[in-house]
Amino acid sequence: MKFLPTSDAERAAMLSSIGARSIDDLFAAVPAAVRRGPDLPPPMSEIEIRRFVGGMASKNANARDTAFFLGAGVYNHYVSSIADQMLYRAEWLTSYTPYQPEVSQGTLQNIFEFQTHICLLTGLEVANASLYEGASALVEALLMAERLSRGKTRAVLSAGIHPEYRETVWTYFSNLGLEIVEVGLGKDGATDANALAAAVDERTFAVAVQSPNFYGIVEDWNSGSAAAKAKGALSVAVVAEAASLALLAPPGEGGADIACGEAQSLGVPMHNGGPLLGFLSCRTEHQRQIPGRLAGQTKDAEGRRAFCLTLSTREQHIRREKATSNICTNQGLMALASNIHMSLLGKEGLREVALQSHAKAQYLKGEIAKVPGYRIPYTGPTFNEFLVEAPEDAAALLARLAAQGILGGVALSRFDVKDRRRFLVAVTEMNERAEMDRLVAALAGRPA
Amino acid sequence: MNPEDLRYADSHEWVRVDGDVGTIGITDHAQKQLGEIVYLELPEVGHMYDAGDEFGTVESVKAVSELNTPVSGEVVAVNKGAVGEPGIINDDPFGDGWLIKLKLSTDVEIGKLMSAEAYAEYVLEEEQGK
Repeated sequence: MKFLPTSDAERAAMLSSIGARSIDDLFAAVPAAVRRGPDLPPPMSEIEIRRFVGGMASKNANARDTAFFLGAGVYNHYVSSIADQMLYRAEWLTSYTPYQPEVSQGTLQNIFEFQTHICLLTGLEVANASLYEGASALVEALLMAERLSRGKTRAVLSAGIHPEYRETVWTYFSNLGLEIVEVGLGKDGATDANALAAAVDERTFAVAVQSPNFYGIVEDWNSGSAAAKAKGALSVAVVAEAASLALLAPPGEGGADIACGEAQSLGVPMHNGGPLLGFLSCRTEHQRQIPGRLAGQTKDAEGRRAFCLTLSTREQHIRREKATSNICTNQGLMALASNIHMSLLGKEGLREVALQSHAKAQYLKGEIAKVPGYRIPYTGPTFNEFLVEAPEDAAALLARLAAQGILGGVALSRFDVKDRRRFLVAVTEMNERAEMDRLVAALAGRPA
Repeated sequence: MNPEDLRYADSHEWVRVDGDVGTIGITDHAQKQLGEIVYLELPEVGHMYDAGDEFGTVESVKAVSELNTPVSGEVVAVNKGAVGEPGIINDDPFGDGWLIKLKLSTDVEIGKLMSAEAYAEYVLEEEQGK
């Protein structure tokens, strides 16, 4: 599909047909005092523009050129150049799910395969065609549980869920008359199981727990599921680091009814923070309340394998304001990237990524714990990210490291000012031992 | 044909009154409009409804429609057979394809519903209006 700008003649024709003299006429309703023209420098040649934009881009710290240990929801996993090559084929290059689905068999097959991958990784039966990102995926999962509960009003969230995800839930829920109860973490950094069970009552429609949680701690899905089931609520499993799914027990095995979260780790580059890739899967018995698009496999009139969009009757373009969700466009292009990536890596490859990320993180965690003044505050098991307590303000420390080409972690002060000395360190298969040793040396104040 | 002993709502539900219990279903016309029904969602026994309230949804291969009760009352029975096999609504909308039974709060509302004859006229007008 080509997008071409209109010509001067076309613009003049459009203006005259609606009786306007100029484009400015269209904005006459906006008071002149608040109108502002484009504030642009004079035109440049292509060579000048390349220099100008290149100069701006070089001010960004690049994961390729630094020792990179940032995570907190977006992870630096390897994406093969094969994936890029396939992704940029013109037939694929749209983020829209098809409205005339049958004519786009390739797109539908891709969505179907992506859904299949998500089902296998989460241990659940039905997955949708993707969502925008982890935070809105959690909101959609909770709203789905609320619809299924028919009239219950409380959601219980672990404080180990990514703070930005929880903030998004608060934003949605504040005008829906729904109540949110947050449950804190124990000394090991995992959600306090007793407090969790106590917070769930008969009015509760969902209990949501993230694993690995925001502080890197691997949670037991069963404790959230047991608390939910005891009072007839649904168990929602949140995953922000999807690479972990290749190694840890899948949510479905831990009793989760709905799994949701962020699949950026599975083949989507970090993109300066977005676009990301939300996912959502559930049990078959709840499939009619799953939000968004769903591709299915079927047979055509001649009995050949074919793909279709299914359960469309629940959706916005047919059911208008009674639709299951206002989610309409999925993250088709990112889901495609992810599907290509997962197909390339396969079961063994995904497991290898997870094993390497975990092993390297274990090494780094052990080394940092030995640096005088540094402490690993939580005792619970971790996957590829862990919390560190520094002897000083973490943001100041990390700024100093950044000046040495080490992006050493994400300061919690960015999310919670009470924890000024704490920061998160993430490790993936991309990190080499020499980089990790440089980080440790820099923390210890030694020359690398 | 629309049975003479039922009362009809303009939202295409019918009510059969037996003492203080009203049985509710959708009409033959409604099931024909919907096409092949594949899913049915009904409330649990004990729910209270006012006339006009939504009590469930019916989903066909073409559309999802809300089910509205033409009368007020408390749900005393739900057709589990129709939930398990929604096609029964297409096959026998006035019989085995019934949806719920309500213990009626009042007998006034029934009088406001249409007779079989009036409903047939209403459907005809609706079709001509299209």
